[in-house]
Amino acid sequence: MALVPTPLREIAKVVRSKNAGPFEITLDIVFKNREDFDAVKKSGVITKELVSQLYNVPTQNIITFGFFDLVNAVKITLPRPRPQGGIGETDMHAAQQHVPLQEIRIPWQAV
Amino acid sequence: MASASNDEIRILTPSGMLGYGFPVDHFKMGLALKPHAITIDSGSTDSGPQKLGLGEMTCSREAYVKDIEVLLEAQQATKIPVLISSAGGDGTNLHVDVFRDIIVEIAKRRGWSFKLASIYADIDKALISKELKAGRVEPLGPVPPLDQREIDAATVIVAQMGAEPFLKALDESEGVDVVVSGRSYDPSPTAAMAIRAGFDPALAWHMGKIMECGALCAEPVGRNVMGYLRRDHFEIEPLNPAERCTTASVAAHTLYEKTHPFLLAGPGGTLDLSQCKYEQVTDRRVRVSGSKFIPSNPYTVKLEGAKTAGYRSIFIAGARDPIFIAQIDEILAKVIAGTRAYFADVPEETYQIIPHLYGKNGVMGDLEPVKTPAHELCIIVEVAAATQAIATAVCNKARTSLMHSPYPGRIATAGNIASPFTPLEIPLGQACEFNVYHLMKIDDPTALFPIRYEQV
Repeated sequence: MALVPTPLREIAKVVRSKNAGPFEITLDIVFKNREDFDAVKKSGVITKELVSQLYNVPTQNIITFGFFDLVNAVKITLPRPRPQGGIGETDMHAAQQHVPLQEIRIPWQAV
Repeated sequence: MASASNDEIRILTPSGMLGYGFPVDHFKMGLALKPHAITIDSGSTDSGPQKLGLGEMTCSREAYVKDIEVLLEAQQATKIPVLISSAGGDGTNLHVDVFRDIIVEIAKRRGWSFKLASIYADIDKALISKELKAGRVEPLGPVPPLDQREIDAATVIVAQMGAEPFLKALDESEGVDVVVSGRSYDPSPTAAMAIRAGFDPALAWHMGKIMECGALCAEPVGRNVMGYLRRDHFEIEPLNPAERCTTASVAAHTLYEKTHPFLLAGPGGTLDLSQCKYEQVTDRRVRVSGSKFIPSNPYTVKLEGAKTAGYRSIFIAGARDPIFIAQIDEILAKVIAGTRAYFADVPEETYQIIPHLYGKNGVMGDLEPVKTPAHELCIIVEVAAATQAIATAVCNKARTSLMHSPYPGRIATAGNIASPFTPLEIPLGQACEFNVYHLMKIDDPTALFPIRYEQV
């Protein structure tokens, strides 16, 4: 079967971002089931290097990155670009910083 | 008072946040299940540093009165303890006293009588300075190391208490009915009740961790939740019949707003959920086992503090002309340079001019992957300065410059921006910044948190 580049927002159940305390932002990608989780993991598309590029963070500064099979989820935690709620803030809750992840294309079986 | 049997302790949590309101009918369904305690948290750093910096609260006083009155009514009917943590959001002494006053006021009005314990969490700055010098204060995550200047600048510094101060309050004074605490690790009240009844601390912390968010662990997410803690597992079930806990929803809940999916650090240790087992008991109830708690030695508490950082004013403007929008970055750079030149008498490092361009990159800034601006922009220019007057003056100059500045190809010569509101410059008052988010080693988990008892 042909694999078609498919955005993560059409595959995952949850793609979200939020503060984890005032100095960190955490991103969750939760899959509908183990099969989807395994398939995305196996595709090798989601890597520390990709996160580094999408969020302009050196790989060594990434606090958490991993595929966690207990929860069928990818979890990524990064330093916040600035402390939460200070001068120049654009997203107090860091609730809208997930979009670059949504747009990641995974080779996926056409529906 | 109902006491926990050797086999089970039941905790009822009506909501993940005191002051947001909760369905009272579901809460009463919970009371009918004969809980041994009611716990509810009101703390969060999530809405910003202005609470610690300026003494603001997460919700209005009116909202807290509404929720607390329902809790006290339940306490009077059932005689089980009610534990409220992190008063006002930041859990400062100021807000513990606001909650204490609300509780006393309601009790007087309704003719209720009970024993109240208030636990305080403001930390003496001199002690923090001393511990800092002794090398016992470290940054928590990507935070600059603490120094004396930041300690002095913080309006107030609190520490997150663990379960121990709650245990002390419940043990030391006979028959405490209501506990209101300053800044607490969110699961502490629930964990304290379970640990006090002799149950496994690891399960107690894990159940507390889930319940502190109310029924956020359910599908769809809700408010009232009931926890049943037993010898080697706990069970969790939402009280709204339209909601259900599933193994997936309960397991995934620990991802929410956390650095790591199964290592959760708190006062006195780390909860390790990597070996947990989640089982579906009924279609709405989940059983959890296998939680582990790794005590830390020495014991550490998290310090939180914020400082004021000058005053802000903003203006808000729309832009629709495509010739203008295509050159927006160059136009703004020129406007900012011109404004700075005009205010040459104000030291340039004492104020900032920060444009926010909605329709271009207002939400994500430099990380925005889409590089083409929309057909219209919302331009918000934020000015931060030492005084409100300077902030507004700089904001005014930047706005009038942006309105009238010429740019290449301009054919709309009457004005560049569309202003929706007066005042055209909006003073925002004082800005705040988190400046203390550090771990401090302590010897006694209760010594920093004084308790006041009174008969109400």
